[in-house]
Amino acid sequence: MSEAILKIRNLTVDFPGLGETVHAVRDCSFSVRKGEILGLVGESGSGKSVTAMACLGLVPPPGEMRGSVEIAGRQVVGRTHGELMDLRGGTAAMIFQNPGSALSPFFTVGRQIVDVIVSHQDFARRSARDLAIETLRLVHLPDPELAVDKYPHQLSGGQRQRAMIAMAMACEPDLLIADEPTTALDVTIQAQIIVLLRELAQETGLSILFITHDLGVVASLCDRVAVMYAGTIVETGPLPELFDAPAHPYTERLMHTVPRLGSGKTELAYIKGQVPNMAHLPVGCAFHARYAHASEVCRQRSPAARPLGGARIVACHHTLGAPHLREVAARGAG
Amino acid sequence: MSALLSVRKLSKSYGSRWGLVRAVDRVSFDIATGETLALVGESGCGKSTVALSLLRLIEPDDGQVIFDGADFGAIGATRRQRLRRNMSIVFQNPYSSLNPRMRVRDIVGEPLFTAYGLRGRELRARVEGHLRDVGLGPEHMARYPHEFSGGQRQRIALARALALEPRLLILDEPTAALDVSVQAQVLNLLRGLQDRLGLSYMFISHNLATVEYMADRVMVMYLGRIVESGPVEQVFANPAHPYTQGLIDSIPSTNPRLRNRLKPLGGEVPSPLNAPPGCPFAPRCARVMDACLAAIPPFESIDDTRSVACLYPMEQEADS
Amino acid sequence: MSAVEASSGAEPFHPSLGLRLRHFASQNTLLIIGAVIFLVVVVCAIFAPLIAPYDPTAMNFPHKLRAPGLEHLMGTDVLGRDIFSRVVYGARISLLIGVSVLTVAIAIGVPIGLVSGYFGGWVDATLMRVSDIFLAFPPLLLPIAITAALGAGLFNAMLALAISWFPWYARIVRGSVMSVRQELYIDAARAMGVGSLRIMLRHALPNSWTPAIVQASMDFGYTILAAASLSFIGIGAKPPTVEWGLMIALSRSKFLDYWWTAAGPGLAIFLTVLAVNLVGDGVRDILDPRTRGIR
Repeated sequence: MSEAILKIRNLTVDFPGLGETVHAVRDCSFSVRKGEILGLVGESGSGKSVTAMACLGLVPPPGEMRGSVEIAGRQVVGRTHGELMDLRGGTAAMIFQNPGSALSPFFTVGRQIVDVIVSHQDFARRSARDLAIETLRLVHLPDPELAVDKYPHQLSGGQRQRAMIAMAMACEPDLLIADEPTTALDVTIQAQIIVLLRELAQETGLSILFITHDLGVVASLCDRVAVMYAGTIVETGPLPELFDAPAHPYTERLMHTVPRLGSGKTELAYIKGQVPNMAHLPVGCAFHARYAHASEVCRQRSPAARPLGGARIVACHHTLGAPHLREVAARGAG
Repeated sequence: MSALLSVRKLSKSYGSRWGLVRAVDRVSFDIATGETLALVGESGCGKSTVALSLLRLIEPDDGQVIFDGADFGAIGATRRQRLRRNMSIVFQNPYSSLNPRMRVRDIVGEPLFTAYGLRGRELRARVEGHLRDVGLGPEHMARYPHEFSGGQRQRIALARALALEPRLLILDEPTAALDVSVQAQVLNLLRGLQDRLGLSYMFISHNLATVEYMADRVMVMYLGRIVESGPVEQVFANPAHPYTQGLIDSIPSTNPRLRNRLKPLGGEVPSPLNAPPGCPFAPRCARVMDACLAAIPPFESIDDTRSVACLYPMEQEADS
Repeated sequence: MSAVEASSGAEPFHPSLGLRLRHFASQNTLLIIGAVIFLVVVVCAIFAPLIAPYDPTAMNFPHKLRAPGLEHLMGTDVLGRDIFSRVVYGARISLLIGVSVLTVAIAIGVPIGLVSGYFGGWVDATLMRVSDIFLAFPPLLLPIAITAALGAGLFNAMLALAISWFPWYARIVRGSVMSVRQELYIDAARAMGVGSLRIMLRHALPNSWTPAIVQASMDFGYTILAAASLSFIGIGAKPPTVEWGLMIALSRSKFLDYWWTAAGPGLAIFLTVLAVNLVGDGVRDILDPRTRGIR
């Protein structure tokens, strides 16, 4: 088993407000191993984006981080901006959902990549520009020698996303944190980016933390999956096992609410109720109100994460043999 | 049975300083009563422009719109206005389609007030009824949009769209901005309403799985033109146009074992200003031939229910 | 069958009024300071006869040019009038100026901006060129020209100020309306057949008047300053009107030796404008969602 490039233990992120605190991330623990692509799956309000920001110490004020976040063995929690500067963009890089707003409109793409290179490595600007062109070629941006002098608004959405990936890859990071990078893209461009990321991971041994709500993208790209609900991880496991037989009822229900090509007009399932208010979480399991088979212990105690065998972890009072798993078996796998 | 809505050669172009952009180029289609027609395509294909043109939010340059036998271009303004009440729209973004300063009862009541001058108890009763249809209660009437979640806001927008009892509802990516678990609720609600009220839907989306779930027939658009149309299951199971095939191949499957089936289309949609001569899809097509570059392929039937704009459409597997 | 979404979770927490006020005070201290000072000015204006110890126009030659002391808190001017009483009464005029000028400027500017921003095209171009004419004059030059044509006096000065001020409100509202016009709820209203007038009044205006309000709260101070400046150069208020700028003008020849003749009204102008600016900043911070912290 290879070591972890990203190790998150008991991460908690709170946003104190007027008399009440929003618990965006609660006691979250997971790891990304070297060379693997981990998918962090959740819907809006699950805390996945805050977790991504927390990895690089970028939680906006008044957010408060507690717990442990280690990247390549270095602790992030409690560090100042200055201490984290060489980590950000160097060992670990981040790409975002909206490439239009993540790239500065005032500078050319090449200039932005050169800035990243020069701030982390000892390069003269001229050779840094050559490296920038090579990075653009790495992400298959057409005509990199011309693209390097273009402004972001002169590129299409897909090209901008590639440029952002190039910027992230410029200093050969060990870890790439990708916060919903394909959500805003057309489906054909999304497919191209998925293939690109796969290729980069294979060729450079890059580890990726890929955050998304799209189960199809996860299935196409990731080696392991962590499912997040109401600020905490409810289930972790490798693919395809986790999708074949999800252990947590939320995961299982989620998979059945998504329409799939080829399923025709079979009525979609849905999850009744809605995500709880993160400032006033119910006692017990955060999911119990939406689960038909919740029992007394679900209403009283929040479940701890425990191993399930086969490198799987789940935070649920019920497990194999639970009613929802029996339903799964009755319906036939997947 | 004649169609509820017939559109013939709808066109809309925009002039810019670099030349003419054909956002919609001679689009024609029919929608029957109770039917759902889906309009599928990626950004810039013109699907939203088609929808906005039908409601006259954008003035089309050319083309005929015939609703229930009446040609919009040929009838008087009053009659046209009254006929247009039969069409309604739900937009993609539930956060921007509701006036943040208006209460729910005013949002849903506004069309009734504008069209029929309804007020007071009568208006209230109608509003309550439409809210009930979408699963919201009278306790929601005095609240403001920001007090609701995305899914609930979309229901409010739906109630507003249903207020004038339209026969055709245009749904412009109604679930794209919603969470996955909420999408299913809204889609099921839409299907239920269609059955109960006999509505026709024009369903615009880029998500093929959702389209398959909702629609009877589908039209695939590329750079302002329709490239393929037909019954949805057939088109998705056996696409005739290479672009449709490319779209299907680009959808990542939720089955991890099938991940290698993902086959991205090379290149990108060209800028409409640099539309290539001949077939607009030719630069990206794996099956391109010389004839494809010479002229735009006409949109022709390949059997009773399906049409395609391709000189070398893909083979159709025999029906099982 | 659709499902009505029920909310799960505990009862919402209702912070006590005391807690809310303390929180508000800590986040908006400057606003509160400004508001308190402004409140003092308003009280002076309303209750001037009760607060002022002397009649502001009562001349008392034996007492002229007395330094500030127990009998005359701010001293007396060249005609023996009590400066403190005159400052207190002057608050009435200043507040009247601020309210009147801004009301007229808004009444002219907001509709112009609304129509301009909503319709665009040649309507926008025409209206903006017309208001550009008023904007092109250096500040105060236009009021000077207008009062020269209409004659001096406070009323004409206020009218002149309002006319030269409205283009700012037209532009602010126009910009706001232009961005609101892109919102989908405007399209939705048009799709329903709602008429342009109703869309402008019911949809566009309520969502675009906040920048105008913020601007007005900051302009309040500037109108007072502008009126004082006009009075100072002799084309605004005329004696025996008690107005702060006029008081400074009248003290022109004396204040080098008798500093208090200008200090009283000067301090009043300074504090009022400062207070109103603080309130304006605070109002903008509250209304502008971008400056709020994470909720």
